[in-house]
Amino acid sequence: MDLERVIYLKSEILRIREEALKELRELDSPEALQELKVKVLGKKGSLTALLRQMGSLSAEERPIMGQVVNEVRTRLEQAWEERSEELDAMALQKRLATEQIDITLPGTRVARGHYHPLTQVIEEIEDIFLGMGFQIAEGPEIESDYYNFEALNLPKEHPAREMQDSFYITEEILLRTQTSPVQIRTMEKLHPHLPVKIIAPGKVYRNDDDATHSPMFHQVEGLVVDHGIRMSDLKGILLNFSREMFGESREIRLRPSFFPFTEPSAEVDVSCMLCGGSGCRLCKGTGWIEILGSGMVHPKVLEMGGYNPQEVTGFAFGMGVERIAMLKFGIEDMRLLFDNDLRFLQQF
Amino acid sequence: MKVSLEWLRELVDLDQSAEELAETLTRGGIEVENVENLNKGFEKVVIGEIVSLTKHPDADRLLVCAVNVSQEEVTIVTGAQNLLTGDRIPVALVGANLPNDLSIRKSKLRGVVSLGMLCSREELLLDDTIGLDRSADGILILPPTAPIGENFGHYLGLEDSILDLELYPNRPDCLAMVNVAREVASLTRKKPHLPKWAEQNQVLSLPVVTDFRIIIEDQELCWRYAGLVVEDVHIAPSPEWMQRRLKAAGVRPISNIVDITNYVMLEMGQPLHAFDRDKIEGDVHVRPAHPGEKIVTLDGVERTLQTHTLLIADDSQPLGVAGVMGGLYSEVTKDTKRLMIESAHFSSVSIRRTSRRLGLRSEASNRFEKGIDVSGIVAVLGRVCDLLIDLGAGRPVALVDEVRHLPSRRQITLSTQHTSTVLGIELKISEIRQVLEDLNFEYKENNGLFQVEIPTYRSDLEIEEDLMEEVARLIGYDRIPTTLPQGDQTQGRRTPEQEFRRRLRKVLAQSGMDEVLTYTFTRAESDAQWGSAKHQVPLLNPLREELGVMRTSLIPGLLDVAARNVARRNMDVSIFEIGNTYWGEEQPLKNLPREELRVAAVAVGKSERHWLNQPVSYDFYYLKGIMEGLALEFGLKLEFRVAENQSLLHPGRSADLYLQNQCVGFLGEIHPSLEKEWGLERAVIFELELSTLFKWIRHTVRAHSIPRFPAILRDLAVVVTVETSAEAVMAKIRKLGGDLLQQVEIFDVYTGNPIPEDHKSLAFSLRYQSIERTLTDEEVNLLNSRILEGIQQDFGAERRK
Repeated sequence: MDLERVIYLKSEILRIREEALKELRELDSPEALQELKVKVLGKKGSLTALLRQMGSLSAEERPIMGQVVNEVRTRLEQAWEERSEELDAMALQKRLATEQIDITLPGTRVARGHYHPLTQVIEEIEDIFLGMGFQIAEGPEIESDYYNFEALNLPKEHPAREMQDSFYITEEILLRTQTSPVQIRTMEKLHPHLPVKIIAPGKVYRNDDDATHSPMFHQVEGLVVDHGIRMSDLKGILLNFSREMFGESREIRLRPSFFPFTEPSAEVDVSCMLCGGSGCRLCKGTGWIEILGSGMVHPKVLEMGGYNPQEVTGFAFGMGVERIAMLKFGIEDMRLLFDNDLRFLQQF
Repeated sequence: MKVSLEWLRELVDLDQSAEELAETLTRGGIEVENVENLNKGFEKVVIGEIVSLTKHPDADRLLVCAVNVSQEEVTIVTGAQNLLTGDRIPVALVGANLPNDLSIRKSKLRGVVSLGMLCSREELLLDDTIGLDRSADGILILPPTAPIGENFGHYLGLEDSILDLELYPNRPDCLAMVNVAREVASLTRKKPHLPKWAEQNQVLSLPVVTDFRIIIEDQELCWRYAGLVVEDVHIAPSPEWMQRRLKAAGVRPISNIVDITNYVMLEMGQPLHAFDRDKIEGDVHVRPAHPGEKIVTLDGVERTLQTHTLLIADDSQPLGVAGVMGGLYSEVTKDTKRLMIESAHFSSVSIRRTSRRLGLRSEASNRFEKGIDVSGIVAVLGRVCDLLIDLGAGRPVALVDEVRHLPSRRQITLSTQHTSTVLGIELKISEIRQVLEDLNFEYKENNGLFQVEIPTYRSDLEIEEDLMEEVARLIGYDRIPTTLPQGDQTQGRRTPEQEFRRRLRKVLAQSGMDEVLTYTFTRAESDAQWGSAKHQVPLLNPLREELGVMRTSLIPGLLDVAARNVARRNMDVSIFEIGNTYWGEEQPLKNLPREELRVAAVAVGKSERHWLNQPVSYDFYYLKGIMEGLALEFGLKLEFRVAENQSLLHPGRSADLYLQNQCVGFLGEIHPSLEKEWGLERAVIFELELSTLFKWIRHTVRAHSIPRFPAILRDLAVVVTVETSAEAVMAKIRKLGGDLLQQVEIFDVYTGNPIPEDHKSLAFSLRYQSIERTLTDEEVNLLNSRILEGIQQDFGAERRK
C-alpha cells in the first residue's frame, strides 16, 4: 500500500515537473511566468498540494520523498529563473528593435545669445593683463578739459590737440578723446602707493565717421608706475600681450613716435598674424601691423598724478579695441561693429 | 610735407632708393606715409621717330610703321591716321605698364609682328598742354626737338620720387627741406650740404632801412619782424628747375619773386611774403584789426575782419592778413619795381584762429601754426638775397629787423647712467657721444654727463627725456631688450562691481539674448520720450543733428537697432545692452554729469521654428522670465508691480520693477500708439538701473540641508475673476500653508469653455514637507482645505472640478 503510494506520489511529482517545464518553455510573458509559478509552487499550487499528502507516509519514507520534492522544487525554481532571464532578454531585444530614432534630426534648441565682438575682445585683453597682475581702472566718459588734455601735458592751444577732433559739451567739458585721463585719475587716487599697475578699458569719442573711424570707439589704456620702470619693461609686457592675443610666434617692434604724455614714445607693430611677417595684403606687404601707441610716462604727467619723477618712472600704452577686433576677426569696415545687424553679431 | 628726392639729394649724400629711405625715416620716427614715383608708367616709354609708314598688306585700316628709337628700329602696327613720316612720338616698348594700366606685349596683327605701341595722350593720362595740335586726332606728336631715344618720363621732367611725410606736431622743423636733410644725415650718418644760411648764427650784412619803421603793437602776437628791401626788380618766370621743385612740393609757380619766397619757405621752413614797396605808405604796422575793418585779399575776396585778427598794415590801410594771406592792393605785379620781403614770427594761436575763421589754410599758415625758428628769421632773408641775385630778379638794398622777443637757446643735461636706466639698455658713453655727433649737436661731456646745446630749429627738445628719445631712435629702438618689471608682485583682479557686470552680461547672453553696442549720443526727442529732457547733455558740435545729445535712456538706441533689423528682414530680435546713461544736473553744465550704468533689452518676434519645440514668443513673459532668471542668479528679490503713469507702455502689459521698495526700472510691451513710430509690432522692453541692483546682490550662499522626510504633493485648481492677480493668490496660499508648505508653483492658467466668461482657472501644485517628521495624509488634507477656504473667502474663488 505504502509502496504504491510512494510510487504514485513520485510519478505525480515527476509529472508536475515535466508539465511545468513544458509550459515554461511555451509561455512568453513575465505575467504568465508569475501565474505558472503560483499554480505550481504557490500556497494552493499543485506541488504544494502533493507535499501535503506526504503526511500519510511512514517516518522512513517521508525524508526520501521530501528530498525528491525539494529537488524538483529547486529544479523548477532554477528553470523559472532561466526562463525569466530569457524573457527579459527577449523583451529588451524587442524594445531596442522598436526604439529607433533619426539621430540626424537637430537637437532640442537651447537659447544661446552672443557677446558683441568688441566685448569679447575687451574681456580677452582684460584677462591677459589680469594674468600679468594688472587691475582694471575706470573713469568717466564725459571729462573735463583738465583730465583729458591739460594734465596729460596738452595745454590749451597745443598743436597736438588738433590730432584729435573733440566733441565738446562746454568749453571745459567734453567727451573724452582717449582713455588716458584715467592715468591721471588713477595716480591721483593711488599716490603715493606703488606700484601702479592698471589697464583702463572704455568708450572714447572723436568727431570722425568713415570706414576706418567711428565717432564712438573703444580703447584700452595701460599704466605702470614704480621705482626703476624701464622702457624694456614696456617692451616685455607688450610682447607677452601680443603673443597671448595674436599667437605664440608673434614678434613686436617699436618705432619712435610722438604723444604729448609720453617721452620717449613708441608706436608698436606686431608681426603680421596672417602671413607671419613675409608680407601680404593685410600688412600691406610690410610684414608688420601697427597695434598700439606707447611710451615712458612724461615727467610732467607723473607730477600731475602726484608722483615725483625724480623717484619713479612709468610706462603707458593705449590700443584701439576696434582695430584689434577687426584684425582678429577679419572685419573690413568698422561701421559693421556699430550697425548691430544680427546676421553679423550672431557669428561671434 | 612732400619731399622731392631729387632736391633732397642736393642737400645730403644719399645712396638709398626712395623706398629704402622711406623705411629708414619711418623707423627713425619720421613717418613716410607714401612714396610716389613720378615716372610711374613711363619706365619703358621712349621718344621715337617715324622712319616709314606703309599700308598693312592685309588690313586697310592699319599702318605698319618703322620707328627709330635711337639704338634700333622697331616695327609697330598702328591704327592711327594722324601720323607723318618724321614725327616724333612716345613709344611704349614691349614690357611697358602704362599709367592707364595697359601692359604692352609683343603681338601679331594680321600676320605682322608689332613690337610695341604708339601712345595717345589718353593712354598716357596727359592733358593737351603736351604735344602738337595734330595730337588730338590720335597719337601724341611731340615737337621736332624732342630727343630721340630719351625716356619719356625724363623728357617730361618726371623722374623724381616724392616722399610724403606724416609729421607729428613735435617736429615742425621737418617742414623745411634743410631739416629733413639734417634728419636723413643723422639717421644714415651722411654729410648734409646745406646753404650756409641754414647754419646757426648767420649774419646778413645790409644797410639798415631808414625810410620806414616796423611798428609791432602787440609783442605777444609777433616776436620779431624783419623786412628786406629790394630794388631793380625784374619780374619774369622762375627757372625751370625751381618750377619743377615747387610743383613737386605741390606749389604752383607764379613769378620769379613769388617763387623765390615759396622756394625758400620750402627749403628753410620760414614763410615769406613779398609786398610791393611802392604801395606801402609810411610805416609798417603789425597790429590787430579794428572793429569792422575790411581787406581785399589776394584771391579777390573782400573780407570783414574780426578784432584780434593780426594784420600787416601801413599808415593808412591793411596790407595783408598776417601769416595767412596778402592783400590784393600790395600784391607783386609785373609792374612792381621795389619790394619789401617779410620774414617774421606770428603767434601760432593767432594764426590758427584766423586761418580757421577765414577758411584759408596754406603752406605758410600751416608753418606758423606749428611754430617757426625765430632765431633764423634774418638768415632766411640771406638765402633770399642769394637767389634774387642768382636769378637776376632784383637787388637787395636794405634790411630792417624788429626784435621783441627771442627764445633763449636751451641747454639740456643728459646722463649716460640715467638714460641707460630709463631705456633698459647698457649704454656706453661713446655711444651717446656718437648720437650727438650724428645729430650735429654741440656738447660738453664730463664723466658720462653731457651738457647739450640744443639748436634753435629743434624746438621739441626741452627735457632730458626728449634727448633720451633721440638716443633711442638713433641707436635704434630694436636695441631695447625685453624685460619685465622688477618691483613687488601684484594680484590682478576685477572689482566686485566689474565682476557683477560681467556676470550680468553672461546671464543675459546665456538666456539667448544678443548683445549690441549703440552710440551713446542720440536724437534729443526720442531720448526725451524715454529718458529725461531736463537732464540731457547736448553736444556743442555733434557729428549729425540726430546724434545731438548724450542719452538718458538706452531704449531708443535699442529700438533703433531692432527696427533696423526688422526692416532688413531679421524678424526675430532679442537684444540687450549694458551701458551708461548721462545725467546733467544743470544747464549749461558746470560739473561733470552723473554717469548711470543701465541694462536694457528689446525683444520682438519669436524664437526660430523647430521640428520638435514650439517657438517661444518674445512677449512680456519672455522678458519677465529672463529677469526672473537674473534675479535668481544674483539672489535679488525683484518685485513686479502694476506700472504707474506709463504712457509709453501698454497699460495692460507693463510693470514697474522694485527692489527693496525702490523703483529700479520697468518692463512691458511698448504702447500700441508708438508701434508705427518705431516700425515695430508688439515689441517688449525692459530697462534697469544697475547701481541699486549691485547694492543688493547676494555675495555668499548659505546652504540648507536636504530634508530627510518625504514630501506630499497636492494640486489645487481654482476659478477666479480675470482681474485677480495670480501673485496675490499665491501669496495667500503661502501665508496659509505656513512652514509646512515648502513650494507653490502655478502650472496651468486656463480661460474658455467650461470656465465662465471673465474668469480664469489657476492651477497650483503645492509641496508639503517637514524637516522633522513624515507628514500624514490627514494633516495635509486639512491644510489643503484650509487654503482652499481661504482663497474662496478672499478672492471669491471656486474650486475647479
